[in-house]
Amino acid sequence: MQFRRLFALLLLAGAPAAQAEDLNVAVAANFFGTLQKLAPIFEQASGAKLLLSSGASGQFYTQIHQGAPFDVLLSADSDRPKQLESEGLAVAGSRFTYAIGTLVLWSPKAGVVDRDGKILRAGAYRMIGIAEPRNAPYGAAAQQVLTALGLWEKLNQDKKLAVGENINQAWQYAATGNVDMAFVALSQVTDGNTISGSYWLPPQSLYLPLQQDAVILTHSGKRQSAEAFLNWLRHDPQATAVIKAAGYHLGE
Amino acid sequence: MSASFFSPDDLVALWISLRLAAVTVLLLLLLCTPLAWWLAMTRSRLRVIGEAVAALPLVLPPTVVGFYLLLFLGPHGWGGRLMHQLGMQPLSFSFSGLVLGSMLYSMPFAVQPLQSAFQSVGARALEVAATLRAPPLDRFFTVAVPLARRGFITAAVLTFAHTLGEFGVVLMLGGNIPGRTQTASIVIFNHVEALDYGAAQRLSVTLLITCFALLLIVYAANRGVREAAAIA
Repeated sequence: MQFRRLFALLLLAGAPAAQAEDLNVAVAANFFGTLQKLAPIFEQASGAKLLLSSGASGQFYTQIHQGAPFDVLLSADSDRPKQLESEGLAVAGSRFTYAIGTLVLWSPKAGVVDRDGKILRAGAYRMIGIAEPRNAPYGAAAQQVLTALGLWEKLNQDKKLAVGENINQAWQYAATGNVDMAFVALSQVTDGNTISGSYWLPPQSLYLPLQQDAVILTHSGKRQSAEAFLNWLRHDPQATAVIKAAGYHLGE
Repeated sequence: MSASFFSPDDLVALWISLRLAAVTVLLLLLLCTPLAWWLAMTRSRLRVIGEAVAALPLVLPPTVVGFYLLLFLGPHGWGGRLMHQLGMQPLSFSFSGLVLGSMLYSMPFAVQPLQSAFQSVGARALEVAATLRAPPLDRFFTVAVPLARRGFITAAVLTFAHTLGEFGVVLMLGGNIPGRTQTASIVIFNHVEALDYGAAQRLSVTLLITCFALLLIVYAANRGVREAAAIA
């Protein structure tokens, strides 16, 4: 029984794309875990299967330009979906904000980060982890917060910033104790009710909203299924509940 | 092996990785043997250029190699347009594309062991064979290849292992598409990115043990043959 299933899977790997209903979804790394939770719910409701490709939004943008066979892009920002839309590579009018991220300064240990973020000024720490501001939206948000606090220059001069390639690396720096704390996504440190360790939620006025937009890609031959999926993601109460529990706000 | 130990995606990705590595090894050995032979035997000045070109894939970061391949093989690149004119699908985001990328990326690992093996066979053994009136192809297959056996084994093993562990080229050129271009190394990365360390470790350990066993078998067999040869 078990072996037969394995065998069927192996055969499947060799076969070209399976059913017409399968959707190839390119999803930003920070939303990958959440979409993994959403996928089985959608698959059960619709009968369609979601094939998830996780990656960096910039990399997806390049790949879509080169004809990557994705049907839907769930980006980590709103700039690249907008750009794809204006270049005709995304279906006009299909773009919407599926999630708005929240930035958090976080330490896995209790009592390290105070609720007002005063520790940042006090300077009693070795290093802070952040994501690369140029490529990662949460990194850019962290830079905006530190700039607003007047600390960006000084932290750079003192070499107190450990810069991860993306937000997951920033989280890993902190989780493994290699930095005292890190600017990460709330979705990475909440289980829906509580936040582990100690944290500070910078006021939303200190950074631009972390809007994450979704689009349908123009060359997708499965526009109806793609529309059905995005509609579900946007309006289904079960779907939006999962997104909120993961530490995101909803768009609009 | 229970289904909960590996997810279906994990198994499919493992299978893609193994197929990719096996196909890459076969094709690279076929293509690189004549190249390595030429590099080992020629006195031409072009040799240094050939050696340098064959080592180039080591230089660039894998994602950059993947990026250029993507541009080259994409619908607007030369490779992509050529495929289109031939009435074929573009190679980007396909298994065949991954094979091409892996061949390029692992080429130095095939060429260099073969070249040094052929060099250590030396001209002398072949000259002796020639005086016995063995024609060139016969000399190659019955003298050079058996003597260079270790080089073939090393080239195959290194290419196989290197392709299994490949990440950047495959991610960029393949697009991380489950069931098509998502290899085990990418799935491991995905698990880490999703902070699912348990799944990442299960797959990593499996990959490590598989490769270790494979390498052990190959090296042990090679040693057995060598000792038998030494006794004889």
